Amino acid sequence: MDIIVCIKQVPETTEIGWDPATGTLIRGGVPGVLNPSDKHALEAALQLRERYGAQITALSMGPLHAEETLREALSMGVDGAILLSDTAFAGADTLSTAYALSLAVRRIGRFDLILCGKESSDGMTAQVGPQLAELLNIPQLTYAIEIVVTNKTVRIKQKLEGGFRGVESLYPAVITVEKEMNQPRIPTMEGIMEAYASKEVQVWSAEDLGGKGGRLGLKGSPTQTRKVYTKELRRGKVTILEGEPDEVAVKLIQTLTAKGLL
Amino acid sequence: MSPVNLRDCKGLWVFIEQKDGKPARVSLELLGTGRTLADKLEVDVTAVLIGEDISGLAQELIYWGADSVLIADDPVVRDYRTEVYADIIAELAAGEKPEVLLIGATWMGRDLAPRVAARLYTGCIADCTELDIEIETRLLVATKPYFGRNLMAEIICPFHRPQVVTVRPGVMELKAEERHRKGELIPIEVKVREEDVRVKVVETVRSVSDAAALEQADKVVVGGMGVGDAEGFKALREFANLLGAQLGATSLPIDEGWISEDCKIGQTGKTVRPRLYIGCGVSGAIQHSAGMINSEMIVAINTDPKAEIFQIADYGIIGDVNEVIPALMREMRRLSVEREER
Repeated sequence: MDIIVCIKQVPETTEIGWDPATGTLIRGGVPGVLNPSDKHALEAALQLRERYGAQITALSMGPLHAEETLREALSMGVDGAILLSDTAFAGADTLSTAYALSLAVRRIGRFDLILCGKESSDGMTAQVGPQLAELLNIPQLTYAIEIVVTNKTVRIKQKLEGGFRGVESLYPAVITVEKEMNQPRIPTMEGIMEAYASKEVQVWSAEDLGGKGGRLGLKGSPTQTRKVYTKELRRGKVTILEGEPDEVAVKLIQTLTAKGLL
Repeated sequence: MSPVNLRDCKGLWVFIEQKDGKPARVSLELLGTGRTLADKLEVDVTAVLIGEDISGLAQELIYWGADSVLIADDPVVRDYRTEVYADIIAELAAGEKPEVLLIGATWMGRDLAPRVAARLYTGCIADCTELDIEIETRLLVATKPYFGRNLMAEIICPFHRPQVVTVRPGVMELKAEERHRKGELIPIEVKVREEDVRVKVVETVRSVSDAAALEQADKVVVGGMGVGDAEGFKALREFANLLGAQLGATSLPIDEGWISEDCKIGQTGKTVRPRLYIGCGVSGAIQHSAGMINSEMIVAINTDPKAEIFQIADYGIIGDVNEVIPALMREMRRLSVEREER
């Protein structure tokens, strides 16, 4: 079977700049890492390959340095890697990102399962997976903690708030993976050598993808970040209780008791 | 779908999530919020109710703020399935052209909202903490915490409709029910047939744990990175039990695997409003504080006097959680022994 895993390079820290002119993040200068949630999607794909046999392609969109992230996926053991990189993609919101990914998936052509992490550690919207499924007009199976593939169907165990469901669909389908599903493997030294020496990261531009240019990047994004500002959440002034642990414990308990909170 | 003419779009919709004919609390919160926004826009609030045997719930939604309820009552929509629900909502929205669609950011809402928005080729803004209407432009202005520390972002969707947003449970205040309100109940024909649905729900297992316990708790003890490790969280749970409090956490300890995800409080977790909040080794970044700022009393214990949580705390202790918590427990036990001896 053919599996595509969508991955994202995210800033390593939360200390990140913002460009007031375009309302987008300034990612330059901040070290990028593979989105933690996507490692679980990659691991899920590798385990499916071990069980059922599969060809795995990692797909990402981002600036050229996002190639590092795809090399990491190759080090873990995926078979191929494609980076969508073009200034035309810059500033994309989730729908515009999903649109570019959908064009790339169609260009790849063969796919039975598309795996995504549950959400990115920067945007945390969990929207790209469902939007990609919609744009490809295929089912979405979200919050998976287990995947079982049969002849023509895929069944997941779907994690819910307060329980789970077993959900089955025909494939192709998009599956978003929860971190409980697995423990991502650490790339071996051999895997890393191979990822850099003998595997290739293909780079596709907007022109390679075709599609409607007006739906790409910032200008293809229905949502706009209009303003980013610092919000100092403040209430009254804090009263600091001072002293050794045993002293402050007595003070706090007295205070809470006096306020009827104990 | 071709772009809609913005001036043709009117009305505010709220998707009603329900289980066994009972509405999710977040849907009622959003009816109240939606009512306020719709009054600014001078438009109606429409509740969209989907499920099997749910018609009895419709009148109640009028009391909570809806002017009308679109009711899709059919066996095929008994279990939530993304595509069937998205088909119904998107088809109705394409016909009726609402300006705004509010959806609770539950597991269901976060699965449904982006699919509906992508179908209608419109924007979807996740996990908003404030919503307002800009009167001059009629735009919905959605505010949410943004990436770095204490950054808030205002996000708009100027040229596409409906403006779809999701809001976490507990973020918006539950307004009072008004039982004198009247409205229209409109049954909707469900056209999709079971054999055309690509997804089947083969089993549903509900865990016995009370998922809402944390959100409705009177007292909450919360651990951050300062707790140090999983052992630290065990000790913190003992403290919470002694206090009669629920245990919560910020996101980093959860990512470390020190404590389970259902304890997460903040922008991407639960929102709490307890009478007493005790933050232990919590730095107070906005991603967390967005979910607890409405606590009645906030106590913070942290080694770093510059930690942001001291800006919002009522009482602060500069110290190591792993020294202060045992001291607090000793004092509580000593007092309880003293009480018994009396």
